[in-house]
Amino acid sequence: MTEPAVADRPAGERVPAIEAVDVSRTYQLDGVSVEALRGVSLTVQPGDYVALVGPSGSGKSTLMHLLGGLDRPTGGRLVIGGRDVNALAPPEMATLRNETIGFVFQAFHLLPRTSAVENVALPLVYRGVSARQRRERAAAMLGRVGLGHRLDHRPNQMSGGEQQRVAIARALVTEPTVLLADEPTGNLDSVTGAAVLELLEQLNAESGVALVMVTHDQEVAARAHRRITMRDGVVVADSAHPRSAHDRPPSVDHGRPATLVPAPSAEPRSASGSGPGHPSGGSGGAAGATGRLPREVERPEALPRDAVPGDAVAREGGAGAREVERPGGAA
Amino acid sequence: MRVAEAWRVALDALRANRLRSALTMLGVIIGVASVVLLVAIGTGTKQKVEQQVEGLGSNLLLVVPGRIEVGNAPVVSPLTLKDVDAVTRVVGDPDRVAVTVASGATARAGARSDFTTVQGVLETTPAVFTRSLARGRYLTGTDVDTSRRVAVLGDSVAHALFPDRDPLGQQVALAGVRFRVIGVFAPLGQSLGVDRDDEVHVPVTAAQRLWGTQRVDGIAVKAPDRERIDELGERIVAELNRRHPDTEFSAVTQQQILGVLGDILGVLTGVLAAIAGISLLVGGVGVSNIMLVSVRERTREIGLRKAVGARPRDIGVQFLLEAVLLTTIGGLTGMALGVGTALLVDALSPIPAAITWWSLALAFGVSAVVGIVFGVVPAQRAGRLDPVVALRTE
Ligand SMILES: Nc1ncnc2c1ncn2[C@@H]1O[C@H](COP(=O)(O)OP(=O)(O)OP(=O)(O)O)[C@@H](O)[C@H]1O
Ligand SMILES: [Mg+2]
Repeated sequence: MTEPAVADRPAGERVPAIEAVDVSRTYQLDGVSVEALRGVSLTVQPGDYVALVGPSGSGKSTLMHLLGGLDRPTGGRLVIGGRDVNALAPPEMATLRNETIGFVFQAFHLLPRTSAVENVALPLVYRGVSARQRRERAAAMLGRVGLGHRLDHRPNQMSGGEQQRVAIARALVTEPTVLLADEPTGNLDSVTGAAVLELLEQLNAESGVALVMVTHDQEVAARAHRRITMRDGVVVADSAHPRSAHDRPPSVDHGRPATLVPAPSAEPRSASGSGPGHPSGGSGGAAGATGRLPREVERPEALPRDAVPGDAVAREGGAGAREVERPGGAA
Repeated sequence: MRVAEAWRVALDALRANRLRSALTMLGVIIGVASVVLLVAIGTGTKQKVEQQVEGLGSNLLLVVPGRIEVGNAPVVSPLTLKDVDAVTRVVGDPDRVAVTVASGATARAGARSDFTTVQGVLETTPAVFTRSLARGRYLTGTDVDTSRRVAVLGDSVAHALFPDRDPLGQQVALAGVRFRVIGVFAPLGQSLGVDRDDEVHVPVTAAQRLWGTQRVDGIAVKAPDRERIDELGERIVAELNRRHPDTEFSAVTQQQILGVLGDILGVLTGVLAAIAGISLLVGGVGVSNIMLVSVRERTREIGLRKAVGARPRDIGVQFLLEAVLLTTIGGLTGMALGVGTALLVDALSPIPAAITWWSLALAFGVSAVVGIVFGVVPAQRAGRLDPVVALRTE
């Protein structure tokens, strides 16, 4: 099912959706600076399907916030939808988010006491779309995520999987170029999570929206067309650029890893150019992804503790993923 | 975001938290209601006093020693009945001149007693002031000329001394001296908390003898017409100044009395309004407080709205509108409550209350302004929230 999407891509090949060059983000915490990102360079092309993996605290969420224009880098250059965020005032950033980015969060972040259709319509409110059109478009979008029969349900009247579908509909109702999903299945049991994942992949394939997804699940990551691995605030592997990924020593303390990751200059070679099969890199390729789906669904029996939603599990999953991460990243 | 949309979002937010919205409004409701009610009472009192002063009679001129000014101590009067004769000559008509010499005294009838004001007067009093009798007759010229010990009782005094008997023809002891009751006044009611029916009229000559004085406290003149009233006053004051060069005299008209009373009552109304205003202010602080709580509670909502494209201004306007809605809805409710209470007070209690449009407009305007003033800080805080931090909040 990913094939048609790949066929659709050439249209967006020229202008990257997001372009980060040597981006860093330092937090000041009680006088101590925490370097969450230390020089990250990457390009997201329209239609990309990127899995962002890495141990807990490696800076994945921080990077997602930057890519989505929710936060600003403290160093480097970040261009979203052709606009350099360093030159944008807060209201312009807000408009940029509204027009180019869709977010899906681990915690859903739906407005309580607000119906599904109104939740989905929320981004359109800030676009000045009329109430009638908002409802129409939101209802249509809910139909696309399989919730056409749940328009007027409130979040507390829906299952976790349904809530996340509403959140996905909300992210896509504005027809953004990039969908950023930070552990979208983290609060869901594996069956529901698999279904949500399948929906995301399907939307990515159908609408050509680039999907960047943080995940701790190796199998999920393997299904993506491209895998970016982070550690200690730097990108240590990017399947779109396997050579540079292999060149990376496991411990990266000397030199700026970002300078070695070819970003804007390497545009033709980036994900969009990887071709339908996408066999390079350690991810296993698209064929593997489709083949693995049934097994993913079977997992709850094998690992019942994963079936419990919530933060504890998400964190545990993170710890587990860290262990698997090393061989995965080195492969 | 469109303005209409912003209103709708703000209204939805208030509806989503009905109980808290209602409790927050309560402060504003009470504040506005008390402004409306207290101003209504102040205005009602003023109107009633004005009515009463006008009801004294028309074209009245009151001549007293000293200056009539707020806060001036009363002066011991040097006037005697000879001065009254002099004034009568100036006026030219004895029926237009009334006098008073007044003092507190205990009135006694049998076992009952009542402390009241005894007024020594001329027989002209009912003609100069508008007074009417319920029973019996008033004093006559002969009563005054012969210092006859006869008395006309105010309604309260009559009820206090003769609760179950006809007072006419009965004896009352005023400061220990016996007088015969010849009449009872029709009731007048209260004025500024003073019972106007708590008085006894006796001939001025009898009163002077009772207290062993030649004194007359004040002279009242009913001017023939309004146009020449000031001029008449000047002539009377000039005559009295000639007779008593050491004392200053004032001749005041009802208009001047109304002016002075109006000033006093205006201050009173102002003080009441200020007290009520303070409660409105407290209500405003409550709004501010709740809005800050609301911003904190809805931090994630704010983060989410920002993530999907709300600009800082959109968020700020939303919270500001919420505050303004809280105070204006509270203000309207408070106005209704204040008007309702004022009408009840006016109907069911002796306190007069009159609704004025300016107090309604003021109360509503102030509540809207309070919403803006006290909503700005929470709104700004909400608008400036960092979306990443906001979304991370539990
Ligand atoms: N607001 C902040 N203030 C200070 N430090 C922060 C802040 N946000 C993140 N960090 C730090 O930045 C680093 C990266 O955090 P980030 O949330 O991006 O990690 P992550 O890869 O998403 O981890 P996880 O898999 O657990 O979600 C961590 O060391 C974290 O403690
Ligand atoms: Mg994270």
